[in-house]
Amino acid sequence: MSRSSLGDNIQGGEILLPVRTSYILLTILAAVLLDLVPLPGWIAWVRPDFVAVTLLYWGIFQPRRLGLLPAWLLGLLMDVADATLFGQHALAYSALMFAAIFLHRRIQMFPLPYQMAHVGVLLLAQQGIQLLVRLADDAEFPGLTYFVSSVTATVLWPAVMAAFNAPLRRRSGPDDV
Amino acid sequence: MQASPQPIFKRGPSLVVRLVFFTLLSLVLMVSDSRFRYLEGIRSVVSVVLYPLQQVASMPGILLARTGEFFVTQAALYRENEQLRRENLTNAPKLQRLMVLEAENTQLLRLLDAKPAPERTTTIAEILYESRDAFTRRVIIDHGSNQGLHEGQAVIDHIGVIGQITRVFPFVSEVTLITDKTQSVPVQNARSGLRSVTFGTGHDGALELRFIPVNADMQIGDVLVTSGIDGTYPAGLPVAVVANIERNAAFAFARITCTPSAGVSSFNRVVVLSDAPARPANPLKEPAQDKLKKAGTKP
Repeated sequence: MSRSSLGDNIQGGEILLPVRTSYILLTILAAVLLDLVPLPGWIAWVRPDFVAVTLLYWGIFQPRRLGLLPAWLLGLLMDVADATLFGQHALAYSALMFAAIFLHRRIQMFPLPYQMAHVGVLLLAQQGIQLLVRLADDAEFPGLTYFVSSVTATVLWPAVMAAFNAPLRRRSGPDDV
Repeated sequence: MQASPQPIFKRGPSLVVRLVFFTLLSLVLMVSDSRFRYLEGIRSVVSVVLYPLQQVASMPGILLARTGEFFVTQAALYRENEQLRRENLTNAPKLQRLMVLEAENTQLLRLLDAKPAPERTTTIAEILYESRDAFTRRVIIDHGSNQGLHEGQAVIDHIGVIGQITRVFPFVSEVTLITDKTQSVPVQNARSGLRSVTFGTGHDGALELRFIPVNADMQIGDVLVTSGIDGTYPAGLPVAVVANIERNAAFAFARITCTPSAGVSSFNRVVVLSDAPARPANPLKEPAQDKLKKAGTKP
């Protein structure tokens, strides 16, 4: 019996409201906007990749809703937005989505600190793929600061979970009418 | 991933198959983008979709800047005004001399029967944001093909050369800075006249000169200006100042690093120069290439 068939949404023993497609689309739009906000200097490279984080969240907690195709298309969008190699984000995001869906049962079972460890490794691997692609395309290694955004994303993961789950909380207890 | 022989529910191809499919698709896209640049059309279509999102995303920053401007003190404005007036006064005599010199120059050129350098038209654009790609040094400006910009135009600020337009979208375009690893600018030492080429290092605030002999006339503090021989940048624009020279007798060439003069990553208004008129083709290039081709096909 799958823990996450299309209707139910159970996290850490808490029964959340079923997720509407419009809500998923809204979170993706918000993530793209947050990634597009122009920021000066060091704040820009500390900023987590919100699109990757959003994809990871839906991949882990609703693995049947977003497949690899949406991840790939969002990757192409970010490739144009960031003026990177066409297909670089697409490759990284579809691999990230694959890993999230592949590991979703395990990650769902873990308590928060272990979940954060998984998220951190997956996000670093996602950036690693982009790094390898660019190094193969004769780019210079930008330094270890490149990976800071994944670290901030990992640290922010509990806040991200809270933000995603807040609109899905039931107003009243399950026993109330 | 369940390995049941007969799945009850149809779920399409398996996860691994889909991953392989999208990986291959991405690889094909990346190779065709990087090696052949086939995908500029798709890119500009997606960029039109992105444009409203980018506008919305940059709204808070613009609002913040506006509010900041509103609260600028009168004293600061007064100081800036004073400074601008002083700059204007110091520049005025230079400008007057420039007019005389230009007239004299065209006259001398006519005497020599040489063509005067044509004036270039300028477009003022604003930098929207720095590219989020960590591997390149690029900025996005708020003018695009709708405003008549195209690839290859030189971009400067009021101090010197910033870079070159490398990609044009309908509403915005991408400027690759001279500090990018792929950018090189033909320069000339303003003091000694020595010609050379600066190469970007991929890091902010550093350019390098390669293949300068150890005994060449280069000193720390020398100003490098564009030589104009590439036809992209007009001659005489400041590019960089020599910051460090390492002369080691063990190597044939000196290691020379320079700092760019223009505020390559600090200003938000830039000037885009129109193209130089077409120059006669390099007479040495064509026959040499033909010869190479022939030599290649013969054996």
